Amino acid sequence: MIEIRDIAFSYGRQRILNGVSFTAQPGECVGILGNNGAGKSTLITCINRIRTPERGEVIIDGKSVREMSRNEMARTIAYVAQKNEMSHATVFDCVLLGRKPYIKWSVSQEDIDLCEAMIRRVGMEQFQVRSLDELSGGELQKVMLARALVQQPKLLLLDEPTSNLDPRNQYEMMALVRQIAREQGIAVFIVIHDLNLALRYCDRFYFLKDGTGYSYGGVETVTAETIQTVYGIKAEIAQINGKQVVVLD
Amino acid sequence: MSRQQIKELQGGNYRQYIRRKWMVLITMIVLTVAAGLASLMAGSAGLSLKEVVLGVLKLGSKQTNTIVWNVRMPRIAAALVVGVALAMCGCIMQNVLRNPLASASTLGVSQGASFGAAVSIIWLGAGSQLNTGSGSAAALTISNPTLVTLCAFMGGVATTLVILGLSRVRGVTPSVMVLAGVAISSMFSGGTTLVQYFADDVMVATVVHWTFGNLGRAGWNEIALIGALGLAAFLFFYYHRWNYNAMESGPHTAKSLGVPVDFLVPASMIVCALISSVSVAFVGCINFIGLIAAHIMRRFVGNDFRFLIPCTALCGAVLLLASDICCRMLVPPTVLPIGALTSFLGAPLFLWLIMRRRSVK
Repeated sequence: MIEIRDIAFSYGRQRILNGVSFTAQPGECVGILGNNGAGKSTLITCINRIRTPERGEVIIDGKSVREMSRNEMARTIAYVAQKNEMSHATVFDCVLLGRKPYIKWSVSQEDIDLCEAMIRRVGMEQFQVRSLDELSGGELQKVMLARALVQQPKLLLLDEPTSNLDPRNQYEMMALVRQIAREQGIAVFIVIHDLNLALRYCDRFYFLKDGTGYSYGGVETVTAETIQTVYGIKAEIAQINGKQVVVLD
Repeated sequence: MSRQQIKELQGGNYRQYIRRKWMVLITMIVLTVAAGLASLMAGSAGLSLKEVVLGVLKLGSKQTNTIVWNVRMPRIAAALVVGVALAMCGCIMQNVLRNPLASASTLGVSQGASFGAAVSIIWLGAGSQLNTGSGSAAALTISNPTLVTLCAFMGGVATTLVILGLSRVRGVTPSVMVLAGVAISSMFSGGTTLVQYFADDVMVATVVHWTFGNLGRAGWNEIALIGALGLAAFLFFYYHRWNYNAMESGPHTAKSLGVPVDFLVPASMIVCALISSVSVAFVGCINFIGLIAAHIMRRFVGNDFRFLIPCTALCGAVLLLASDICCRMLVPPTVLPIGALTSFLGAPLFLWLIMRRRSVK
């Protein structure tokens, strides 16, 4: 079980997060929602110690992340940043990087097999030795996902994984994430702006407003009122073909 | 690795692909040995390959042994260790600063070190003049290598701290950082000029000559010092090879992969400052080798620091050995200053890099 306990963070005097708490189960996708500047990305980076929170703790299966060694943390939490630097390295080398927390001196056969399997899983096997700077946005995102997954984490943090993708790639990406999360029992926190994409693929929804949680729960918590309060826009929730959708006014 | 090769390999397996990188590394080792032998052969004595090899093994005639071991070997050893040191610096600086234009000479670290060394030689008496009677510019020898090293290191580190500070300021792009390097360089060049202004004529002549960069200046002791520090630096860099690979994805992703970014960046920069400063202290400023070696090797092995670090180190050695051969062969018997030659050839390449980067963005 993943427990986020009372996380607070400030940039200088500006308070960004003010007591964020929630829990998630293995295999669950949690959508983290809120306005630009609400602190969604900050929250994600406070969870895996990229930023140091002022107070609060993250507890994964009973162990505090703060007490983990760097490698132990990297074996527990994986992270895909919003923007990725396109380095002149091959797809395989990039995915292999996800095994870094496990590699002692040299790469083992197990590392190679895991990477090859994961590259196949995200459908990039024909690009194994292609350079990252020759990939499209969607392909790059898949590679980054594969890199994060070979870390064999218990928690996967995705910061706007679909923001640069076309609709088809957005849906493919989210479907893949949910499928793998359920199969391998990985909890996933996804910062996401597209409410309909979130409704379709997330199990739980954490709405962030003024540095703290406005609401947290299943699909029933995504209401017109919540959207009105969090985003300041009028919306309607409708059912189309049995699927819940948000229609903005 | 060229695009063509990558296309051929598409769908090929990882072991094959790694084998290619090994081939590149082995090629670089062969090239380094070849460049070393070529450099031993180049010169007015007209030695053949056989004579040179015998000379190296001290099995040749007395004259050959002397030429090989006392005249040419120190020069080649100097080119080797300095080339390795400068190239590794460029490679690592480009990685930790996330700046493809970074190197000891473009960021002003070399010039800072040069200033420190000039101060120690002229004011602190770390250099002694040998009056050869000919008024030759090579009349200055370093009598206190430790002091020169320390002062050069202080100059280099001072610049490095400024660069590290700048790299933390938001909105400082790679180009801005290089401009800052230009500013720092000219400040230190001005400082070096001022130091020279208060020295006597012979000192000035020698220091001016010294700032050109000259591989013949270092003796075995200096070479051993650069070599030992270079080896230590290589071990440090190579130990962190996976961390540098992770740094290529940006500092945030690197942190998430367990890289101690807050330690690695300053520590790497200080190690770079140390080895580049020591090189500068003993052979003067040699520009662009550090910048270009990493760019050349990246084309063949990509940003895989397991291979990029050793390949770049060897590439630096090959480039410097080749430049040194040119310096000796172009206008014999005059030996051209190596720093001038590498700047002359390196600057157009540097411009090309900047322009190419502009078009990518």
